[in-house]
Amino acid sequence: MKRVLFSAFFFYSSALYAQSVEEVLPQFHALIAGLTVLFLIFYIGVPQYALYRARGWVGNRKRRYSRPTRILPVRLPDYARGKKVHILRQGHDIVLSGEPQNKLIDRTVRHYAIQPTNFRGIFPIPKLTVQIGDRVKAGDVLYYQRYQPKIQHVSPVSGEIVAINRGRKRSIIEVVIAADEQTEYKPLHPPDWKNSSREELVEFLLQCGAWPLFNQRPYDIIPPINAVPRDIFISTFSTAPLAPDYNMIVNGHGEAFQMGLNVLSRLTSGKVHLGLNANGIFPPAKEYTEASGVEKHWFYGIHPTGNVGVQIHHIAPIRSGDVVWTLTVQQVIQLGKIWTEQKWVADRVIAIAGAGAEETGYVRTKVGANIGELIGEPREKTRYISGDVLSGETKAPHQFLNWQHEMVSCIPEGDYFEPFGWLVPSRVAPSRSRTLANFVFPNKVFDGDTNTHGEKRAFVMSDDYDGLLPMDIPLYHLMKAILVNDYDKMEQLGIKELSEEDVALAEWRCTSKQPLQQILRRGLEMWREQEM
Amino acid sequence: MRMKKLRELFQRFEPDKKEHPLLHTLYDGLFTFFFVPNTVTTQGAHIRDKVDLKRVMVTVVLALTLCYIFGIWNIGHQHFLAIGQYTGLFEGLHLKFAFGLAKILPIFIVTHLVGLGIEFYYAAKRGHSIEEGFLVTGALIPLIMPPDIPLWILAVGVAFALILGKEAFGGTGMNVWNIALLTRVFIFFSYPAVISGDEVWVAGLEAAKPGAAAQYGWIETHLFNPLFELLGLSTFPDSATVVDTFSGATPLSLAFTGGWDAVTARFSPAELWFGAIPGSVGEVSKPLILAGMAILLITGVASWRIIAGGILGAAITAWLLNLWGATPMMQIPWYYHFYLGSALFAITFMATDPVTASTTPMGKWIYGLLIGFFGIIVRVINPAYPEGWMLAILFMNTFAPLIDHIVIEMKIKRRLSRAKV
Repeated sequence: MKRVLFSAFFFYSSALYAQSVEEVLPQFHALIAGLTVLFLIFYIGVPQYALYRARGWVGNRKRRYSRPTRILPVRLPDYARGKKVHILRQGHDIVLSGEPQNKLIDRTVRHYAIQPTNFRGIFPIPKLTVQIGDRVKAGDVLYYQRYQPKIQHVSPVSGEIVAINRGRKRSIIEVVIAADEQTEYKPLHPPDWKNSSREELVEFLLQCGAWPLFNQRPYDIIPPINAVPRDIFISTFSTAPLAPDYNMIVNGHGEAFQMGLNVLSRLTSGKVHLGLNANGIFPPAKEYTEASGVEKHWFYGIHPTGNVGVQIHHIAPIRSGDVVWTLTVQQVIQLGKIWTEQKWVADRVIAIAGAGAEETGYVRTKVGANIGELIGEPREKTRYISGDVLSGETKAPHQFLNWQHEMVSCIPEGDYFEPFGWLVPSRVAPSRSRTLANFVFPNKVFDGDTNTHGEKRAFVMSDDYDGLLPMDIPLYHLMKAILVNDYDKMEQLGIKELSEEDVALAEWRCTSKQPLQQILRRGLEMWREQEM
Repeated sequence: MRMKKLRELFQRFEPDKKEHPLLHTLYDGLFTFFFVPNTVTTQGAHIRDKVDLKRVMVTVVLALTLCYIFGIWNIGHQHFLAIGQYTGLFEGLHLKFAFGLAKILPIFIVTHLVGLGIEFYYAAKRGHSIEEGFLVTGALIPLIMPPDIPLWILAVGVAFALILGKEAFGGTGMNVWNIALLTRVFIFFSYPAVISGDEVWVAGLEAAKPGAAAQYGWIETHLFNPLFELLGLSTFPDSATVVDTFSGATPLSLAFTGGWDAVTARFSPAELWFGAIPGSVGEVSKPLILAGMAILLITGVASWRIIAGGILGAAITAWLLNLWGATPMMQIPWYYHFYLGSALFAITFMATDPVTASTTPMGKWIYGLLIGFFGIIVRVINPAYPEGWMLAILFMNTFAPLIDHIVIEMKIKRRLSRAKV
């Protein structure tokens, strides 16, 4: 040590007696390089590392999956070797604490609601067929659409209608049902899926209220009753932060899942495509890998690889005029159970996750469960989200889980002030920017909170969204095209392939805190109005 | 806890937004400088990346710090070289820094007073909070000015660039041209005598010719001199004249007249690299610019594509001109072009401005390459302009949307052809 200091001293002091600039250059270079490194350490590294230490977050998360790099070849897990795998190298992995533990939590949920606001394009106000105080069975119609009376929405449970909550302009936002202890089902008589015609099947599905299970891309709406989808896509894994494990969800429902796929294959003019995960430590469940009558596609990547929109893009992209359907795994199971159990079984396995959750894990419940009853005792300063933290919807404990969501994320509210947070961060949060040390510690776990970490600004950084969407779509330019109402350009740039969840990651990253999901929806609605 | 009290004290002074919009904008700008506000997400993504525009912008400013320190010293060093005193690198350090500070601080203050004043005014008028764009612009402008620039000209230039170049287009994020360069180009064409030629790069002289007297302002004679006397240090001389061997010529003007030989007759390559040469404040020392470049690239604030494209474009163009070799300037070895003038500074800090640059990855390559190309072409071939980067970058700023348009159209074609398969 002494020798190093001495030689450094001589090295630098000799510069003082230099006769020309040439003699100073080595010292100058060394000094500048040293200062640069010191700057980087103190600007990027030290504050963050100190925070990791202070919060006891030095430990890394166990890696559930690997992260593909931009260039290096990827090492596929054993079960995916030799298969044709779509390798998606773009995306980002937001590591949040409170991943759902692999166990079932016992929660009694008594209140359920079907929310017309979960479905796009059924406004104005649907026509109710029940009133407060009525008793319904699981499968009984609650309301139907005014302009498409054949599309009916049915009750997930049996019980009493206790409230019909209205929002602005007397629109109906919730039809609340207090569930019986034992669910009474309305018996269904499904036609033979193999031998009846498509028309018969559609007629039956409309009648039994199963039509809202289908989601049409583009626009994410309930498909019109005469539409024949080009293909049907199902993603059997989710890569979103804190996402539930889909192997857990399908466990024990293999038969219903297969039946659901069988019915779906009758409804499309094309094929049913199943997206399988080739980047997990555990292989996808047998129910997925051994499903028959479907096309299977393996995907290797991180979020948003699990999004069905991304998978569609790589399997068979939505061209102009195309219509495809998507379903979640649980919706397929629900569809299948109409045939296997001959009743409307709206069961869901819901993941409870996040740093704000009392207990993480899975709850067996039904569609539209009450949030407060799902999460247990509500906490102060916690945000409850139906869906994942990137594209879900904020819910108060008295509200209800959305139709298409399979998890409740609970994260701390971030309504704190941070002195000089932009210069010397005193709190940590996930980040993809290399102006923070997060890129040095990619496996660090964060609580994540709802602070915006800065204010909304104009678009400045044009490369923010690069590498966050594994699709051939220039997001930055698409957003600008939407903002200036350029119909043609947004269609050409691929707006119809996108849904909010696909741009959610870019919205998280945006330095200027722009609301990309909102902008995208505006563009999609503009196009939908055009096509109506 | 103490921070909380401070914050509450701060918040007590919050003016009413409706009654005093300008005051409120001022308050808001200052408050959010001290505290990241407690806003939470309302719709869309519930969590947000930790980074914000302030941090991105301040990274650029911090990357410029070394250039500032060296530039301040160099203003003094050039002055004392001209009058033949303290000619060693480490001699009279305090005098050189004091002299440099006395020159650059007024420039810095005037730039920010005028610039921030305009920014605050327009922010209040539009009813939104102040954006951080000027943080970088304000740090860049003093670095590209000659140290002796009359302050009123500077103020006019900054006001012109901000009002017509930025606010007229809608503020931060909407401008077509780089504001710092627009300021400079305005002064360059309106008051060419103060910003070009061999006479303007050495500060504090009555005239840039042998025998002229050195001039010191009130700050040097009445502030620094008593202070240095008190500390027992040497003071600014009462009277000094420019030495006979003096020439204020920058390496570039030497290169234009006599090629590389004329440059090396006065400056060794090491001196050019080190930066103890006459020139704009920020552009002189190449290792410091490279350090700033490293910071920008590691933090990902600047686009590596633009920087790589710029350097590559300049190198290739200079190499091709080497092959041609019709004038002495063309014969300068291509790698020495980076030792001269503001090539590296402009490519690192000016071309990479994300608002005015191309926005597509492919476009960034093209944009960078063309900046390199035009910069060298203007520098070497056009006798009217001593240095090409300002014009090259402003020119490419103009064409960046066109480049993007072409790249995006190509992308759309590819998407369409894929859809047909």
